[in-house]
Amino acid sequence: MEPFTTHTGVIATLDRANVDTDQIIPKQFLKSIQRTGFGKSLFFDWRYGDDGKPNPDFELNQPEFEGASILVTRNNFGCGSSREHAVWAVAQYGFRAIVAPWQESLGSRVPGFADIFCNNCVKNGILTIELSESDVDQIFAVVNARKGIEAAIDLEAQTLTLKSDPEHVFSFEVNAVVKDHLLRGLDDIALTLAHEADITAFEQQHNTQLPT
Amino acid sequence: MSAKTLFDKIWDRHVVKTMPDGTALLYIDRHLVHEVTSPQAFEGLRLAGRSLRRPDLSFATMDHNVPTTSEDRMTIRDPISAAQVEALRANCREFGVNLYDLQSDHQGIVHIIGPEMGITLPGMTIVCGDSHTSTHGAFGTLAFGIGTSEVEHVLATQTLRQSRPKTFRVEFTGQLQPGVTSKDMILKLIGLIGTAGGTGYVIEYAGEAVRALSMEARMTICNMSIEGGARAGMIAPDDVTYDYIAAQDRPFAPKGADFDRAVEFWRTLPSDPDATFDRTLTIKADEIAPQVTWGTNPGMVVDVTERVPAPGEVPGASARDVEQALAYMGLTPGTPMTEIPLDTVFIGSCTNARIEDLRKIATIIKGRRKADSVRVIVVPGSQQVRKQAEREGIDRIFVDAGAEWRYAGCSMCLGMNPDQLKPGERCASTSNRNFEGRQGKGGRTHLVSPEMAAAALLEGHFVDIRNWQPAA
Repeated sequence: MEPFTTHTGVIATLDRANVDTDQIIPKQFLKSIQRTGFGKSLFFDWRYGDDGKPNPDFELNQPEFEGASILVTRNNFGCGSSREHAVWAVAQYGFRAIVAPWQESLGSRVPGFADIFCNNCVKNGILTIELSESDVDQIFAVVNARKGIEAAIDLEAQTLTLKSDPEHVFSFEVNAVVKDHLLRGLDDIALTLAHEADITAFEQQHNTQLPT
Repeated sequence: MSAKTLFDKIWDRHVVKTMPDGTALLYIDRHLVHEVTSPQAFEGLRLAGRSLRRPDLSFATMDHNVPTTSEDRMTIRDPISAAQVEALRANCREFGVNLYDLQSDHQGIVHIIGPEMGITLPGMTIVCGDSHTSTHGAFGTLAFGIGTSEVEHVLATQTLRQSRPKTFRVEFTGQLQPGVTSKDMILKLIGLIGTAGGTGYVIEYAGEAVRALSMEARMTICNMSIEGGARAGMIAPDDVTYDYIAAQDRPFAPKGADFDRAVEFWRTLPSDPDATFDRTLTIKADEIAPQVTWGTNPGMVVDVTERVPAPGEVPGASARDVEQALAYMGLTPGTPMTEIPLDTVFIGSCTNARIEDLRKIATIIKGRRKADSVRVIVVPGSQQVRKQAEREGIDRIFVDAGAEWRYAGCSMCLGMNPDQLKPGERCASTSNRNFEGRQGKGGRTHLVSPEMAAAALLEGHFVDIRNWQPAA
């Protein structure tokens, strides 16, 4: 897996909450048995008209966002199905990082990203950045005022810097395990297989059907 | 020893070791596999020269792509679907995985055949490359959906590296009103907490109204945990669970003395009375009305007695989100939910296509005809459900009512097979997701219980089933 250390690129907006994986990659593209070729189908139903041409009203089709590699969106991005095809589509379109706000709801902090999607991102070297709603509102405002500007992400320092004038720097929290994985581009299976003796020992005392 | 929740007990029993980074290496007892999320995982194993660690703990079937009409079923016309189904066959052959292929009596939606065959048992960890794996939590298992990279990880190691989730106890007090179902309970909860409200938690459903539910109804609740953001939902096992597992035709369930010994263990699983949860919520079951979704996620839901809301009236959703949802759904604020005309009724999916669901609908529609304006598609969740329904004459009741009686599969829940809505078509669906385009591009989905779907197919629109009688 490609490590994620620092990244600078155009930041694009997608002003929708609860973007589900059916929108990120519709069902008809899940029939592939390959791991590649999903980038052109990202947000397919929003991105293309019935004639197959790019829909000019869709945010990501604005010329200023061409080549964008950082996406800022709203709460609960990636909800729904576990399909990793959604993350493959995001990655193969060219995104390296996604920014979404966490929210307060009923006295509980609701994460900006859906659980399985977030996990799938880590496995594919995509950084998900959670910020407060006010920070995300500010990013939307700055980007919309100057579409096409870049942002710089430093994972080690846990900062996202909007390359506006003046620059805006946002600090983010990241799970230490996730951070380490992304920084080093680790292969999970190889890591786990290094503990194979422990798995074998566990299997010998663990009956998978009945209690032992 | 400190008090433990059901979740804690299962989790702790499956930790192979705690990794240096603090995550747990969690042993997986059952890995369910289907054609859509597995091919890249098997390919990954091949490329790395790795073997499948425990083929005996892996169970596969094809469900997402499968055509449900007799003429198309065995020869899938869509070449890309056919290739994906064929890839599953080849992978299962190569790696020695139990496959319930299309001609098998046990083929069906993976979350329906697992419990049906006794593959799903209390106290287990179960994963599948499918978010509705939460269904199996109804048996007091820790069951959750994973992506394809994690599928590959389980194939190679029979483990997953996981951070411990938080616990959330949702108690339903009192008793449901007649006509109100477990589908309404879970939709009500999602309406309250939102589609991200459970993210990061494992939910345990408890309380009098949950205890009173059948296994089928419990599976419906756990199934939709993911629609509230929770990767897993669980219900403590009890006699209802053990009676279900003891039924005759569950080849993988323990029998005789093994069963007795298992029950003795399963009885130790429920949360200790003084166990604490990270979060709790109480809902009065007797106040729940039949639920109908109006928008484009399962949290956009109201009582059937209510009206389509206006932007600004929906807690937790921005005016813009509501406007977008209403535009997609073709709905005008203020319209009574009971006055929305329907084109299609879909009865199926891992949420509500078990034999009990079909029996309840059959009881309502027996001897009656569907409304002329709707087409009705009934897709049993498994071949076993289909056969059982045919033994009971339920298929005739559907056919006589004007419904299409199909073979098992995921079908119009997600429309990966030929069963899809046309643009603008409006559907009352017993499935789990009303996302844009979910049932077909431009299709409009309203999620309801099987009983509400039954009434809707007769009337051509929604009714409040609590004070409705079908015309004679």
